[in-house]
Amino acid sequence: MSAPDPGAVTGESAQPEPRTEPVAARFAAGDRIRVRDDWPERRGRCHIRTPHYLRGREGRVEAVLGAFPNPEDLAFDRPAPRRVLYHILFDQPPIWHEGREGDTVLVEIFEHWLEPAGLPAQEAA
Amino acid sequence: MSAPARPESLARLEKLLAALKARGIVTEEELAEMQARTDRASPEIGARMVARAWLDPDWHRMMVANGTEAAERMGVSMAGAPPLGVLEDRPGLHHLVVCTLCSCYPRAVLGYPPGWYKSFEYRSRAVRDPRGVLAEWGTVLPEGTKIRVVDSTADYRWMVLPLRPAGTEGWSEDQLAAIVTRDALVGVALPQGPVAAAAE
Repeated sequence: MSAPDPGAVTGESAQPEPRTEPVAARFAAGDRIRVRDDWPERRGRCHIRTPHYLRGREGRVEAVLGAFPNPEDLAFDRPAPRRVLYHILFDQPPIWHEGREGDTVLVEIFEHWLEPAGLPAQEAA
Repeated sequence: MSAPARPESLARLEKLLAALKARGIVTEEELAEMQARTDRASPEIGARMVARAWLDPDWHRMMVANGTEAAERMGVSMAGAPPLGVLEDRPGLHHLVVCTLCSCYPRAVLGYPPGWYKSFEYRSRAVRDPRGVLAEWGTVLPEGTKIRVVDSTADYRWMVLPLRPAGTEGWSEDQLAAIVTRDALVGVALPQGPVAAAAE
């Protein structure tokens, strides 16, 4: 890969184009999901907004927050298609094997990191 | 003794700014306006939003449904800012905000984040041991209250709408806003009613 040409960088390139067409959401509030047990950081340079402590964890969709340009592309100034962002609720004690029953963690996670709970875990690519 | 060397990061920032200006991407005026807007933002905005929610059910509903709109109605320009989400505490449920990945913070309505919010210690512990963290802050939740840690990982910014403390009946919006501290808007503290305030 050649070094990026600084002259090619413009103010527009990293900005999401204003778009209003809706992006269909695969999941709905109340759905049980699992966060993909994937570790792109082992495969090379990346920028991901899915905390490591939630990979492979099961949770529940609390809310659909809307669609946002994928930060994994934005970070590298690539075209960033909008992805649906969810608020996902997790029970806290199973994550750390400590804590108090009933305490929870609520986290924003993009759709491409989610799969339905109850299916066999997908192998990381 | 010679003056301490200028940090390399400062020189890099100046080079970056010069390059952005040379390409017409930002102007000096735009930078000054952004700086002024950032300086105007303070936790007093968030505190007033909360006080209003305690007094006005319609405002409360609107604010919980659309924090961005509530901020706009406070006179905050939210154009281009991340959307604002409002986390409503309820009897038995307390919210605590952290950004484990970096230090996302609702600057539009809370101003600059405090140093501890950005510290490695807070970011790693709040999500794993929220009860230990609250205890160190001296924050005592009512018996049986569940904690919901909100890890601010992506495109929203989150503020807490805490419960109105007992003993504040009949208080004005100004009086109520005065007890809603920055820390209460993050969830590490609770707004204190008159009894606690008198005891201090």
